[in-house]
Amino acid sequence: MSDTAENKGRRDFIVVASNTMMAVGAGAVAYPLINQMNPAADTLALASIEVNIGALAEGQAITVKWRGKPVFIRHRTADEIAAANDTVIDDLRDPESDADRVQKPELLVIQGICTHLGCVPLGQKIGEVKGDFNGWFCPCHGSHYDTSGRIRKGPAPTNLEVPPYAFVSDNVIKIG
Amino acid sequence: MQTQKFKSPVVRWIDHRLPVFSFMHHELHEYPTPKNLNYLWNLGSLAGLALVTMIVTGIILAMHYTPHVDHAFQSVERIMRDVNQGWLIRYIHMNGASFFFIVVYIHIFRGLYYGSYKAPRELLWILGVVILLLMMATAFMGYVLPWGQMSFWGATVITNLFSAIPGIGESIVIWLWGGFSVDNPTLSRFFALHYLMPFLIVGVVILHIIALHRFGSNNPLGIDVNGNQDTLPFHPYYTTKDMFGAMVFLTIFASAIFFYPNFLGHPDNYIPANPLQTPAHIVPEWYFLPFYAILRAIPDKLGGVLFMFGAIAVLFVLPWLDRSPVRSGRFRPVFKIFFWLLLADCVLLGWLGAKPAEGIYVILSRLATAWYFFHFLIVLPMLSLVEKTRPLPQSISTPVMGGAAMAGSSAPREKPNA
Repeated sequence: MSDTAENKGRRDFIVVASNTMMAVGAGAVAYPLINQMNPAADTLALASIEVNIGALAEGQAITVKWRGKPVFIRHRTADEIAAANDTVIDDLRDPESDADRVQKPELLVIQGICTHLGCVPLGQKIGEVKGDFNGWFCPCHGSHYDTSGRIRKGPAPTNLEVPPYAFVSDNVIKIG
Repeated sequence: MQTQKFKSPVVRWIDHRLPVFSFMHHELHEYPTPKNLNYLWNLGSLAGLALVTMIVTGIILAMHYTPHVDHAFQSVERIMRDVNQGWLIRYIHMNGASFFFIVVYIHIFRGLYYGSYKAPRELLWILGVVILLLMMATAFMGYVLPWGQMSFWGATVITNLFSAIPGIGESIVIWLWGGFSVDNPTLSRFFALHYLMPFLIVGVVILHIIALHRFGSNNPLGIDVNGNQDTLPFHPYYTTKDMFGAMVFLTIFASAIFFYPNFLGHPDNYIPANPLQTPAHIVPEWYFLPFYAILRAIPDKLGGVLFMFGAIAVLFVLPWLDRSPVRSGRFRPVFKIFFWLLLADCVLLGWLGAKPAEGIYVILSRLATAWYFFHFLIVLPMLSLVEKTRPLPQSISTPVMGGAAMAGSSAPREKPNA
């Protein structure tokens, strides 16, 4: 084979073209091998739940499991709602008004997962420590949340997350 | 050792302390390979490709599979329906087993025809037979895991083979089962062993390759390499050729996976295992059929089992049965005829293994079984003594037989300049 410039150009083209095709092929092979670890169809099918809150009296709280993790639902008392609204928003680490975190003021729905490293905070059951702000307290590293589930003290960076939910009827909410 | 063969100073630094790059360069790059290899010499690297494919897809399947009698079938159906691209990964694994055997069987018959088992490659051959045995055990246990009807009854029949052992047979079978029938303990241990054995295969494959690289590949002429003029460096010549072969193989493999994924399977295995009812027509996977035919041909329980295992055992001693100093079938006119008869006999046995054990099929199975052992135990030793072989070429580079022996001449062809 002669090493004229034209031949060299052609050869480079062949090399680049085949390497490109190989990269495309490798990607096509890798995709299913990696994507199989994503949630399967049956797992996704369980991604929303309905909860009846009709029996939840004022001052009571329940914990439900959604996507394998706890969701806190608390029927707040007037005092708790007032305490959440009286907070000066600018002083918060993750400024958010209570009104932005609820659809009906008496019903607070939040993910029961500390935003620090994923533990479940205390404060749902009677007698559990509720922290300095009468909300929730994470025993792992000492994060305190207020009655709106906002971070007030401790290492957690953000407020307890509000999951997507909607009122199906007055007594039933659908989470997810 | 040439220290300047790697450009990168990082590579040189590592190689000086841990000579992995020198090792790879020596075994995969400059490794001298006979220059007259034909496409049958692609099957070794294809078998390696198949093994890697099986291990990768197998590990993925194990992430989603549940080895329990109450959940195994469901978990496989979940893989097929719910897991992202799970159907694809399972079909690759399922058909991969068949294609692995296709490749390995061609690889074995290549070795039989060109005398690749002869000195000094006896251990190379024996390690290959060990790999075949491990593959068979792995494939059998893998077929049990989906816990369909064929899984269950295949496991029952094959484990019962061991009950033929006089005296201790029954105890061995109960030990294998971990109970009094194929049940949950059997499934759990089969899963554990099915996961383990491919890695044992990898180990033996490494030994197989070490043994291969000791004397290098055999070649279609079956004569020893005489020097550099008879060889080519493995890279780029044979890496390119192996990659081209891999493309062809993958094209066929992909066609099977996407268009005929259940062609080689059995519909009964999509019925959940039922220990109270055996399917009307129970056959093993196609790659076991010749051995299954031998098992059924012998009208005695222990005898059938002995002959079936004997069909593989005979391969272990093959280097000492065929004493002819000429390796390649090309220069053995009588051997060549018997080689094709053996191949036909194995295909016939495979066909008979899928037929019901009655009437003419039984008689044919017995004749074919007899011929199989006749070939190895009588024909090959006799031919070593009486066959008049054709003259061997002096070297791979010297054609002595006219054009025929040197088909595919490697003389550089002049290409008109553009």
